[in-house]
Amino acid sequence: MIRSHGKLTLIAAAVVCIAILMAIFAPLVSPYDPLKQDLSSLLASPGPTHLLGTDNVGRDVLARVIWGSRVSLIAGSVSVAIAVVAGCFLGLIAGYSGGRLDDVVMRVMDAVLSFPALVLALALGAVLGAGLSGVLITLGVVYTPTFARLMRGQVLTIRTREYIDAARLLGAPDWHILQRHVLPNAAAPIVVQASLSVAFAILAEASLSFLGLGIQPPEPSWGSMINAGRGYLQQAPWIVFGPGAALFLTVLSLNFVGDAVRDALDPRLRVRVRRLEIK
Amino acid sequence: MGPLILRRLVATLPVLFLVSLGVFLLIHLVPGDPVEAMLGESQDEVAKTTLRQELGFDQPLYIQYLSWSGRLLRGDLGRSVRTHAPVLEDVSRRLRPTLELTIFAMCISLGIAFPVGIISATRRNSVFDNVGTAFALFGICMPNFLLALLLIFVFGVRLHWLPISSFVDPLEDPVNGVRSLALPAITLGLALAAVITRTLRSSLLETLTEDYVRTARAKGLVESAVLRSHALKNAMIPVITVLGLQFGTLIGGAVITEYVFALPGVGRLVVDAVFSRDYPLVQGVVLLIACGFIASNLVVDIVYGWLDPRIRYSA
Repeated sequence: MIRSHGKLTLIAAAVVCIAILMAIFAPLVSPYDPLKQDLSSLLASPGPTHLLGTDNVGRDVLARVIWGSRVSLIAGSVSVAIAVVAGCFLGLIAGYSGGRLDDVVMRVMDAVLSFPALVLALALGAVLGAGLSGVLITLGVVYTPTFARLMRGQVLTIRTREYIDAARLLGAPDWHILQRHVLPNAAAPIVVQASLSVAFAILAEASLSFLGLGIQPPEPSWGSMINAGRGYLQQAPWIVFGPGAALFLTVLSLNFVGDAVRDALDPRLRVRVRRLEIK
Repeated sequence: MGPLILRRLVATLPVLFLVSLGVFLLIHLVPGDPVEAMLGESQDEVAKTTLRQELGFDQPLYIQYLSWSGRLLRGDLGRSVRTHAPVLEDVSRRLRPTLELTIFAMCISLGIAFPVGIISATRRNSVFDNVGTAFALFGICMPNFLLALLLIFVFGVRLHWLPISSFVDPLEDPVNGVRSLALPAITLGLALAAVITRTLRSSLLETLTEDYVRTARAKGLVESAVLRSHALKNAMIPVITVLGLQFGTLIGGAVITEYVFALPGVGRLVVDAVFSRDYPLVQGVVLLIACGFIASNLVVDIVYGWLDPRIRYSA
């Protein structure tokens, strides 16, 4: 449905690049120290000195938004990477071995999927505690079943192909077949799903930080900044809407980029879309 | 329908067992001693020993699980460490505001999604379609808590049209009740509306290209009748799937919405239980929510069979 209009996708890709560069070069591009309090300019409105204003203890909002991009992008990419590795491993062994192991692995994945994502994240956050590592593990667990199911589905199709039979007849061991033949042929949908999942993982991290289970203040993270600013919505709405705009734009752009990756890597979908365009 | 329902019910049993096992083990994942974590700074050894015995921590793990699941089957979800009230009592007290909020949100989302989705699909590539597409994208990418604060800022702080953090039960005072739930329900409903709009539009677009729709048009049926009698009914299957799956999103959204608007619902209860490290309460509420999610997926599966005879017979 979200048609990958060329120009919009380019703009979205530029926004994602800017966010990545901002996260990498935060110490160079940040106008102020994100933790430094300036008690002479509390709740200062946006202006030439502080482009996005200051918060209730005089910290520059723009500097905190820039540093906060690090947390968001790390949380988004690392948690999805954990889920990709764990999910692909489980999906591979379940799909390739079949039988009882397949049943057990997939029932466990079904059980994980039986929890609403945020509720599971909250429950795991409750036991693992607040902080970046807790968030990464929590989101990794939440997204693992998606990749396990996807990989298993791919493996079930691929393992019946003739080139797999040929490799078996030639005496190739299972790990070699999995590594050389199954994995490369199953990778495309995983890449597509991963590119779309990063945006939702960033949203999930922000939600956990907003609830106080993610990155702990005074460290800057978009979710916790928005939570801290909601008490000052009347006097200083920029404390909420600065990081809010950064979060919304990043997620929106990642969605566009994810759709473009899907269009590029999934030829069946491209054909279907083209057929619809013609009709 | 009988074999389909039976098959789905049997398939649910191992998942229910694994969910209960996962929720039971949750408390054992706490680093260190969970009793120390729950009682915090309290140095009272007697209280710690009593709680340890109450939770059965002095017994082997499998005995703990068997007695915990036995209590579950008798409807005993345990007691809150803080209030000592039964978990089920806490949840049932908080259920009404959450149900009212989710029903209100669902009405808003369906009220928006159906007209927008149908117009977007039938007037493809028009201005309406582009606005509908942009709305869907906005709703999906907008975090719940940010939308809530945006609505509070505009309608509560600037315009003073709606209350921002008081809960009035709509069944007791309908006017003020609806006013108090308006902003939370819009917050929760908009994201759902976006997902349903997106699904309905793409499903209807596919259906409108089917041969039976062309035949209906060729027979001279007016477009509204084609849409109502042929296209829309067949386009509903993916929409119902999404509606079932969105139960989880609604509950997750309710957690944040109730937190922002200070509503006394189940979502708020989870957050409070997490922060007070009341693990038996977390376990009980999470288990109930997961069972609700499993039940909603079961209902969706059964509705599939009712809507599409092919699914019924393949079961």
